[in-house]
Amino acid sequence: MLDIQGISKTFNPGTVNEKKALSSLSLHLDEGDFVTIVGSNGAGKSTLFNAIAGSFYVDEGSISLAGSDITFMPEHERSRRIGRLFQDPLCGTAPSMTIEENLALAYLRAAHGNPFRCISKKDKSFFAEQLKQLDMGLEDRMKNPVGLLSGGQRQALTLLMATMVPPQLLLLDEHTAALDPATAEKVLDLTRRVVAESHITCLMVTHNMHQALELGNRTLMMADGHIVLDVSGSERAGMGVDDLIARFKAGAGHELDNDRILLSE
Amino acid sequence: MLIITQTALELGFLYALVAMALFLSYRILDIADLTTDGCFVLGAAVSVTVTAAGHPILGIFAALLAGACAGFVTAFLQTKLGVPSILAGIVTNTGLYTVNLMAMGWKSNQSLLGGKTVFTMLRETGIGGDWYELLLAASVTILAGLLLVLFLSTRMGLSIRATGDNPDMVRASSLNPSFTVTVGLCLANVLTALSGAVVGQYQKTVDINSGTGIVVIGLACLIIGETLLGRRSVKKGVIAAILGSIVYRFIYAIVFYTKIVPVECLKLLTAVIVALAIAAPSIRKWATFQKRKMTAKRKGGA
Repeated sequence: MLDIQGISKTFNPGTVNEKKALSSLSLHLDEGDFVTIVGSNGAGKSTLFNAIAGSFYVDEGSISLAGSDITFMPEHERSRRIGRLFQDPLCGTAPSMTIEENLALAYLRAAHGNPFRCISKKDKSFFAEQLKQLDMGLEDRMKNPVGLLSGGQRQALTLLMATMVPPQLLLLDEHTAALDPATAEKVLDLTRRVVAESHITCLMVTHNMHQALELGNRTLMMADGHIVLDVSGSERAGMGVDDLIARFKAGAGHELDNDRILLSE
Repeated sequence: MLIITQTALELGFLYALVAMALFLSYRILDIADLTTDGCFVLGAAVSVTVTAAGHPILGIFAALLAGACAGFVTAFLQTKLGVPSILAGIVTNTGLYTVNLMAMGWKSNQSLLGGKTVFTMLRETGIGGDWYELLLAASVTILAGLLLVLFLSTRMGLSIRATGDNPDMVRASSLNPSFTVTVGLCLANVLTALSGAVVGQYQKTVDINSGTGIVVIGLACLIIGETLLGRRSVKKGVIAAILGSIVYRFIYAIVFYTKIVPVECLKLLTAVIVALAIAAPSIRKWATFQKRKMTAKRKGGA
């Protein structure tokens, strides 16, 4: 499905600020994989996501998605096939446009071709149906600007927009970290359900070790631009948080230094 | 009095297209498009020159095309060549001065002496009676407004609105911001050129300087309209542009006939209105802060 071959990325090469963010990293994902990623501060998790989504081009290596090479495909073309959620819930929606218009934007972008296509009655009832699944009462507020919604509601809406037309790959970059615990739980439930229902291949960064082990079918740990641990199957099923931390130290050669991970429950 | 009202309404509708163009570029795309001044003259020059050759309707469409080209140049400068958006408009505007002279046959003005225009064509059919000019001006503007509202609800239109509304979102969704900005600016300049084209045929003359300050006047119209109607939906924004433009022309007419202030001062007045309206949020913030300081002092000092 997703095939990453030896990608490297160095920021500010040749200056004092030179930083090797990814070094010959390879990763293969099968269709329907739900992979969680944890790692120390500055391990390259977000850089990996940016490389896959095309925010920049990698210095070396290649990336292919569903059999086609996307290494040098521009970001906006990749995003037809890759859905993405950020930590900041304000990132994924247009605040002064209505809920309906935001959904239409996400829905119509998958309908290739006609740029003059409008929202039909049928689309509207489809949107209402989808919004009902969020269980936040948004289906009655479709004419309201998105700017009036809370962060959690906006993140749930962004998730819906990213998955309404199932993408080939979904990137979740700590998408519940900025929400209050109750809302975070709700968005997480929603994520679990949507990903399972539409059988979406998914990569999720989290700083919560329990979450990392509980969600999905495979867990990666990153340090210094490398993948230092890759567990799945029965090996992963028997693991606890302490095992994970110990394995991290063995793989990375140093203690896990992500304060957010260590401080989270 | 009737004639004053009639003229104010006619000019209001005709110049409303510029306010609409600014609604698209300034409000929706969040770009201050300074191509407007030159583009207005470009529309008028092309329209009047083609009309002088005997083709008034072709003149309007030629002007639209010319406007789209001007918008494209500005968009190309800022999206592909990295020229800051305001500078891109100024550069295009400066270049347009020469283009406009060229369009008028290397003269600084061009007149239609008793020739056929879209207005005389309508008069000959007898539709609208004495109000034929207003009828045509209003229909052109309302039609353009309807098309603009309709366009902004299509996939393309929604993409343009999202581009101006949340640049962060654009990065992650499949919108190509260069493309949406280009389409938006072309369309805004088509509207400006349409205004110039119809005004040119209405006044039967075009002057190289007739566009000076039109961008500020257009903004003033938009702000007046938005003050009256509030800033909410796209539909309201377009109506605000039309209404504001009519109100502005009435104010202009009143000043012109009563001489409350000299007509020469009107541009300064317009500039002050626009500056104040755009500065309003900052002024309000400053006032609230001063009030808070006073209250804090009173409570703490006692």
